[in-house]
Amino acid sequence: MSEHSSSPLKTYVTIWLTLLAGTALTVYAATVDLGNFNAAVALTIASCKALLVALFFMHIRGASERLIKLVVITTVFFLLILLALSMADYGTRAWS
Amino acid sequence: MATQNPQPERVNYLNKEYGVGSWLLTTDHKRIALLYLLSITFFFFIGGFFALLIRLELLTPAGDLVQADTYNKLFTMHGMVMIFFFLIPSIPAVLGNFLVPMMIGAKDLAFPRINLLSWYLYIIGGVMMLHCMLTGGVDTGWTFYTPFSTAYTNTKIVEAGLAIFVAGFSSILTGLNFVVTIHRMRAPGMTWSRLPLFIWAHYATSIIQILGTPVVAITIVLVAVERTLHLGIFDPKLGGDPLLFQHLFWFYSHPAVYIMILPSMGIVSEIIACFSRKRIFGYSFVALSSIAIAVFGFLVWAHHMFVAGISVYAALIFSLLSYAVAVPSAVKVFNWTATLYKGSIHYDAPMLYAFGFLGLFTMGGLTGLFLAALGINVHVTDTYFVVAHFHYIMVGGAVMGYLGGMHFWWPKISGKLYPEGWARLAALIVFIGFNLTFFPQFILGYVGMPRRYYQYPPEFQVLNVLSTAGATVLGVGYLLPMIYFLWSMRYGKPAPDNPWNAAGLEWKTASPPPTFNFDEEPVVTWEAYNYEELDSPHNDAPHKQEVPVAR
Amino acid sequence: MPDSQTVAVSGEGHNPALLHHFATEEQQRNSASLGMWIFLATEVMFFGGLFCAYLIYRLKYFAEFSAASKTLALSLGATNTAVLICSSLTVVLAVYAAQHAKRSMLLGNLILTIILGFVFLGIKAVEYNEKFEKHHVPGPSFQFNEVNVPGHPGQYANPSHAQIFFALYFVMTGLHALHMIIGIGIFVWLLTAAWKGRFTPEYNTPVEMGGLYWHFVDIIWIYLFPLLYLIDRHP
Repeated sequence: MSEHSSSPLKTYVTIWLTLLAGTALTVYAATVDLGNFNAAVALTIASCKALLVALFFMHIRGASERLIKLVVITTVFFLLILLALSMADYGTRAWS
Repeated sequence: MATQNPQPERVNYLNKEYGVGSWLLTTDHKRIALLYLLSITFFFFIGGFFALLIRLELLTPAGDLVQADTYNKLFTMHGMVMIFFFLIPSIPAVLGNFLVPMMIGAKDLAFPRINLLSWYLYIIGGVMMLHCMLTGGVDTGWTFYTPFSTAYTNTKIVEAGLAIFVAGFSSILTGLNFVVTIHRMRAPGMTWSRLPLFIWAHYATSIIQILGTPVVAITIVLVAVERTLHLGIFDPKLGGDPLLFQHLFWFYSHPAVYIMILPSMGIVSEIIACFSRKRIFGYSFVALSSIAIAVFGFLVWAHHMFVAGISVYAALIFSLLSYAVAVPSAVKVFNWTATLYKGSIHYDAPMLYAFGFLGLFTMGGLTGLFLAALGINVHVTDTYFVVAHFHYIMVGGAVMGYLGGMHFWWPKISGKLYPEGWARLAALIVFIGFNLTFFPQFILGYVGMPRRYYQYPPEFQVLNVLSTAGATVLGVGYLLPMIYFLWSMRYGKPAPDNPWNAAGLEWKTASPPPTFNFDEEPVVTWEAYNYEELDSPHNDAPHKQEVPVAR
Repeated sequence: MPDSQTVAVSGEGHNPALLHHFATEEQQRNSASLGMWIFLATEVMFFGGLFCAYLIYRLKYFAEFSAASKTLALSLGATNTAVLICSSLTVVLAVYAAQHAKRSMLLGNLILTIILGFVFLGIKAVEYNEKFEKHHVPGPSFQFNEVNVPGHPGQYANPSHAQIFFALYFVMTGLHALHMIIGIGIFVWLLTAAWKGRFTPEYNTPVEMGGLYWHFVDIIWIYLFPLLYLIDRHP
């Protein structure tokens, strides 16, 4: 909570509207045939929304300490390891 | 002789309150540690009992003691109980709980009530597992691979799974508690670089508990759901992939083995420093190697799946990563050895266990590298070679460290000295019994005896008999400390505050400590392992003792 | 690194909410915050296993996943997403109110959050009921016969593979709903405590921590919605 004093509420409402807009955008993008990119677009928008919630609603952005950011980054890193190294198996089975 | 501090009338965490309620509703981390000590010892006996039956059956080549299905249940329950209800909690929940706050100068863990909840979750999980065992047990192996566990076996998978699920939350909460405590509750002056390596080891262990355990938890949920609803997530007949189960299972279960060994490594650092009268050589390297083991440990899980059907390219990647994970462990062994060099070595019982650890862990670790090599792996997978490998690390490593730590800190925990002569004898018996039990198993595995088989070709009998004989000796070695620790609580000499003249904040308070650990919050102005200062003839600190005197 | 704590003389003059083993309220609040974030980390990994299973099967059975996803009610899913986003706003406003001693704003937003939580669960119940009626619930009564794969007329989806989608759908959304229920329970507790005036600008940690949990549950849904509902929605 170290932002400019009068604007936390404004910030919250702005983020809220952005999140709603992002939802509408996701639904719209799903109706457009982007081939393999549909998934990437959907996940990108979802990740942006998640980031906004984390940074502004969960107050990571204002946190003076890097420790919370480290916890989040570490967790996401290991989740990605689970996904990526599993895919190293599944993605290459057809090659054998 | 060292002066004995007059202890009898002092109020400490043990005599502050009496009554079952004061123990079962305690939030004192030291009392919770003792509650855990009783519970994990109980499960150690259960797991040991199954081991006894296994080794009895394997005395003869024929399957004549129990039926095949029963034998399957024996090794399954041995594994499940030993791993989830003994090894994983043991050091963190007993010694970690007791020492972490004291070593950093805090009054308690960050969340004392959650600490108590952890113990109750462990007990609930344990009771569920006992009930499961008494009503038929499980026969899938502790790894409960699908689709056998989901579609074919008719043993109590869901119940065992739920028991492990509950115990897993105990583990997660302990890890969470330790990380927050270490970050937030260090005494003034206790910087990260002054932390005992025991703390670094438990910090790394806690990271694994936090990040890994939830994945096996969700895997258990999926197995339970699949089994009860006859789904096809892991069933190939319905389009599922049994290897997905293995990926998810081993994503936790490999890092789990580091949960089991890292705390033991932390103990070994403390013991070697004290009984060489030296700061651990390469403190930063040893500290950071704990973190490295935790991180790398998450990258290697599919080395348990080399022959299961994963792609050969994935196998190559995981093989390479498995070699990498050995490096930080080797860093520790080298640094411990360098610490011993030109140290003033004392051969008290804790040190004997530490020496045992060094040799046995090294053997276990090196044989892990054999297994990481794809060619050798194909030859010895699912043989006794693997069984020997992991017992060298789990028993020769983790349990030796645990026993060493129990001896080292026993005076602090109980306020009594154990009988040193008996302790050294027990350490020797454990070492001999251990090697007699498990070294033959390397050979058995290499010449082709499969694991999880209750009968074998007659030419393997000699080695099996040696192994069973060794197990008997090992059992005696384990019983001895239980007997003399109990004996010492009644008849042991009262312990001084610092019988070993060891470094560390826990030694600066009474044995046993008061409920809030320190009479005044410590302020740390010295580096860790300040043995030069402690042994200096000019040191007139109030707690200076002569050279280690626990007899 | 903790701030240096002076040796606290426990007892006189401190907030009754300060627990004895902490030296200062700041240490207590920072510990609670770190503890909650670490707990959320465990939750990420808990759901993460499901996302891993989902990823692998989506790639393997994309046709069936498309067909099955199309049977989910997009409007209900999108509405639920909006409901949760609104509830995250009410949560963060409740935290703000607690920090600024605005009692009616605090109580109002806590109540709104709870209501929105129930709305979410109600819509979920409607969806689950529809799935039950269409025999899309995995198990003995599952049916998915002669459903066309989107974009491939004449190709039918394999029911066994579609069942895997629905198994994951129910486990993932079911687990999420369970977390919602727990979240509502937490907020009911926060509401009663707030009603009793327990939260002040000096002490409002439970509201903050409850808020973190709620936002996390929202984030999970932010990912579940496109992954489950929007696999293949182009005409």
